[in-house]
Amino acid sequence: MDAIRVENLTKRFEDVTAVDGLTFAVPQGELFGLLGPNGAGKTTTINMLSTLLKPTSGRAEVAGFDVGRNRDDVRKSIGVVFQEPALDGKLTGRENLEFHAMMYGLGRDERKARIDEVLRLVDLTDKAAVLTEKYSGGMKRRLEIARGLIQWPKVLFLDEPTLGLDAQTRRHIWDYVKKLNKERRVTIILTTHYMEEADYLCDRIAIMDHGKFVALDTSPHLKDVLGGDVVSMEVEGDADAYVAELRTLDWIKKIGRHGEELNLTMEKGERRIPELITTAQANGLTVSCVHLRKPSLEDVFLHFTGRTIREEDVKVNMWHGPMAHGRR
Amino acid sequence: MMISWTAVYVMWLREMKRFVRAKSRIIGSLIQPLFFLGFLGLGLNKMAVPGVQTGVTYMRFLVPGIIGMTLLFSSSMQGLSVLWDREFGFLKEIMVAPVNRVSIVLGRIAGGTTSTMLQGLLVLALSFLLGFKLGHWPLFLLGLVFMVLIAFSFIGFGLIFASRMKDMQGFGIIINFIIFPLFFLSGALFPLNNLPLVVRLLSYIDPLTYGVDGLRGCWIGASAHPIAVNLMIMTAFSLVMLFFGAYFFEKSESV
Repeated sequence: MDAIRVENLTKRFEDVTAVDGLTFAVPQGELFGLLGPNGAGKTTTINMLSTLLKPTSGRAEVAGFDVGRNRDDVRKSIGVVFQEPALDGKLTGRENLEFHAMMYGLGRDERKARIDEVLRLVDLTDKAAVLTEKYSGGMKRRLEIARGLIQWPKVLFLDEPTLGLDAQTRRHIWDYVKKLNKERRVTIILTTHYMEEADYLCDRIAIMDHGKFVALDTSPHLKDVLGGDVVSMEVEGDADAYVAELRTLDWIKKIGRHGEELNLTMEKGERRIPELITTAQANGLTVSCVHLRKPSLEDVFLHFTGRTIREEDVKVNMWHGPMAHGRR
Repeated sequence: MMISWTAVYVMWLREMKRFVRAKSRIIGSLIQPLFFLGFLGLGLNKMAVPGVQTGVTYMRFLVPGIIGMTLLFSSSMQGLSVLWDREFGFLKEIMVAPVNRVSIVLGRIAGGTTSTMLQGLLVLALSFLLGFKLGHWPLFLLGLVFMVLIAFSFIGFGLIFASRMKDMQGFGIIINFIIFPLFFLSGALFPLNNLPLVVRLLSYIDPLTYGVDGLRGCWIGASAHPIAVNLMIMTAFSLVMLFFGAYFFEKSESV
């Protein structure tokens, strides 16, 4: 069964189409990633799926319930961790969790047991009695993830779960998320604009840009689009004969030549390097340097959108900063 | 539609916890009424303020007005606290919970009314220290009913504005252009009899006028309108405000 089904989902704000006719499905138990720059429509999509925003048109089902007509059923089935902290700073960690557990109708004993359990899961048992306004960014995030789990959601939404956190905390959160997904079979929808996060965590990744999916597949398949690895070689001597010979080899998909440097695109580059070197030596060349580069998601993003995700970020922040913020 | 009493309770409980923890806010909210009572009340007590009923000292006239002011400010802040929740993100946590919005509004109103009443009663206790005396017990209790009605009215009023506003930018405008005029036009500080006709007409459409006048009728035995009239107007107004506050809160989008 699909945990999420989306058909033609669209959200228009006055002048902007933030989400533009999305159609996709997420099977139960999948860790699904939405990858895209700021302003791509990721958060708007999450807000619609979690019933906070009404779609302009199209439909979406979460855990089998329509997000427009069965809002309360959807709300009972999901957990949400928002992009910006959604804690009451004047309540302690435990009180924030209690507020949540009561809202979800858990009884007194169950509440206590679940809260203790999720606090342990995120290593915050010691800090449970501290006001959350005193928490660090990483602790807040962990508490929010714990909170999203109290009611055992069928589907968990994580909107940029590691935004602005240090590398170590990020690692921790990745481990929690993976554990949850594998051990508890919770379907997880995660948005991010960190390539390595999507790459490390997600079963499938949808690359989102201007409110649309430009690609949707597993990370290895997405990278396959680029045709494989790039082997860069620096050679000393006259390389013309060598390049002519390389052109006859069908496993080399692309040859680029910049002075003494050759860029060769192929699959399984690491297995071809010895052969490349032998052939070069047979042509009387000295190989001074070899470099193998595996395609990254960054390259995939560049391929599909024509931009790197970082330059897009800078542009958005410079020109649309306040607008993008207001729409989160 | 099923009202979730657990949700009402948990919203109320949250407000109570916030209230007792915000000690500086409580003290701050008492300082202003205390200044008014101390400087105006004690300072003008011996003077004949035009329009004040004969036999009523200015201090006695002023106390119900200052209680009304405390309630007005505190309860509109309570209604507007939705804005803070929006600003700090907690509103999303509330809105994504599987309980209907009516329960959430009821919980907010319950919590807001309790903390507003506590502040009003604290100011009343302070005014006893300054020599304020009450009349009959039944009328004192009826005065408490007026206090609750004032609290209801302006919580609903605050909710209406907070639900229509996306951020804190309009906040100062509301305080300066709505709350302060409501306060001055209510006759809380002195009778408006000698002011121009326009001002007096405006005071008649200011609901706080009837709230404060009702408190005076109950507590000092002198009011411009009969207590029953004040009671009817305040009841009707508070119900209308609560209804629209709940309505707009329910319609509002949380992001």
